[in-house]
Amino acid sequence: MTSDSSSAQTPASSGSWKRILLVLSVILVVLFSLAPVLWQLLTSLKVNEDISQIPNIYIPVRYTLKHYTELLSRRPFASYLFNSSIVAITSTMLCLGIGSPAAYALARLRLKGEQFLLSAVLIVTLFPYILLFLGLLEIVQALHLANNYLALIIPYTAINLPLTILVMRSFFQQLPRDLEDAAKVDGYSTVQMLWQIVLPTTLPALVTTGILAFIFAWNEFIFALTFITRESMKTIPVAAAQIGGSSIFEIPYGPIAAATVLGTIPLVILVLFFQRKIIQGLTAGAVKG
Amino acid sequence: MFNLNTVRGREQLTGWLLIAPALLLLLLVFAYPIGRAFWLSLFTKNLGTNLQPVFAGAGNYSRMMGDGRFWQSIGNTTIFTAIAVSIELVLGMGVALVLNQTFRGRGLARTIAILPWALPTALIGLTWTWIFNDQYGVFNDILLRLHVIQDPINWLGEPTLALLATIAADIWKTTSFVAILLLAGLQSIPQDLYEAHAIDGATAWQSFRQITLPLLMPQILIAVLFRFAQSFGVFDLIKVMTEGGPAGATEMVSLYIYATVMRYLDFGYGAALVVITFLVLIVAVAIATLILSKLRTNISGANP
Repeated sequence: MTSDSSSAQTPASSGSWKRILLVLSVILVVLFSLAPVLWQLLTSLKVNEDISQIPNIYIPVRYTLKHYTELLSRRPFASYLFNSSIVAITSTMLCLGIGSPAAYALARLRLKGEQFLLSAVLIVTLFPYILLFLGLLEIVQALHLANNYLALIIPYTAINLPLTILVMRSFFQQLPRDLEDAAKVDGYSTVQMLWQIVLPTTLPALVTTGILAFIFAWNEFIFALTFITRESMKTIPVAAAQIGGSSIFEIPYGPIAAATVLGTIPLVILVLFFQRKIIQGLTAGAVKG
Repeated sequence: MFNLNTVRGREQLTGWLLIAPALLLLLLVFAYPIGRAFWLSLFTKNLGTNLQPVFAGAGNYSRMMGDGRFWQSIGNTTIFTAIAVSIELVLGMGVALVLNQTFRGRGLARTIAILPWALPTALIGLTWTWIFNDQYGVFNDILLRLHVIQDPINWLGEPTLALLATIAADIWKTTSFVAILLLAGLQSIPQDLYEAHAIDGATAWQSFRQITLPLLMPQILIAVLFRFAQSFGVFDLIKVMTEGGPAGATEMVSLYIYATVMRYLDFGYGAALVVITFLVLIVAVAIATLILSKLRTNISGANP
């Protein structure tokens, strides 16, 4: 009897132990991922006296939007947001427009030198941007592109091309060929076929890659720091990073925190809505190759 | 070049036309700067030569040999990369294992877990600078409340501590990237392998060692390769948090390259630094690819 009851109990109790452990680990993962961002959000909403209070105030009684209004009124913060959006959206569109046809060709047509091209594309995804900025700086200077959106749009389009090509190529490979064959039998030209038959089925994959490209373009720092010096042309990451540098004596913690929050909101929204797609795209780009 | 009278020839032409724009852009933004760096590294081009290139042969490279600041930056980068990537791998594995379990709210947990990866590194640098602030930083506050320390610590002002602080920030930022890659690998391992193993009386730890780890090896290697390349070129985070200070303790190769070019306007030497960093990366990629292809043949050989 006793042995019976203990053997019935052990799996149940070890199961509940595992359950508790799992819940604790999930809480830990969530806390780890959220805490720094939440602290910055909290700082951005505190009044100055509370920000510089020791010991720290974790649950303030006073909240303010002053740091946000200050950012938007005293600095061209709206233009930073606008610049980041223009550059990120344009380069994402360009990247999809240029990358998808290339991906299609690499997936469907047997080209000479295809293998070489693919491995080159793969290796290029590993290059840190510091390796490129010197050569690009010379190009920007030679073409007088400094303080021009193109100085960012062109490199951002290019740095997102490898990922776009890899993800879209693996998508095209999974697409059944019959669709295209049927279209050809029906008398579609290649361009018509791509535009009217293939493109609509590609939309989900385009969204996936588009989101990733947008994130990379929005977050890029070193090119934006180097090629854009005019205040009104700066993007969010650079502008936010330079707020602190404007005065040595009093670091504006509140506005810096507010700038961080404003600069991250678009990305938080993207992640909230497209978590599954982001994971799919990242793994397809990194692992399939 | 293309025989347009054959289907094959037309296909080749269409293919290359479709690829051409992408190829041109990749050549302009990737191949040209790298090639240009190789060429420029053979010249002295700085304020001393009025920014005119003067042929120097291997001069820039021999100068590098005796450049203490360069070697210090290599050392810093190596320490940073080694510590950050190993901890990220262990933590990322843990996060991936947790997120691979079934529980209510898993989708939301995954969403939250990939957030650090998606946010701009420069802004995250600001966040962590604030957390490690010596006067009002929350990290000091927590340690003080727990009585781990008696007085606030100037995290970003002490050489060793500053390096550790930047590593901590990097770990927070990129553990999620490792976790995403490993999670995809975990999902591709068939569940019945574990069930069969459990029937044989294996513990969870044994299953992990004997099934999960070997089958996950390709993903682990890819994650390490990506993280190695990214953290060897780490720039945004350090630039925002410490600018390489204090006393060069957190100056990575990338920051040294940036300062050489943008502050000292020493283009030739900067180009040589780019070349060396590029070569280190290429060697690492070659080694990783070799191991990866061995692993792949091993796995396909084990279960054909």
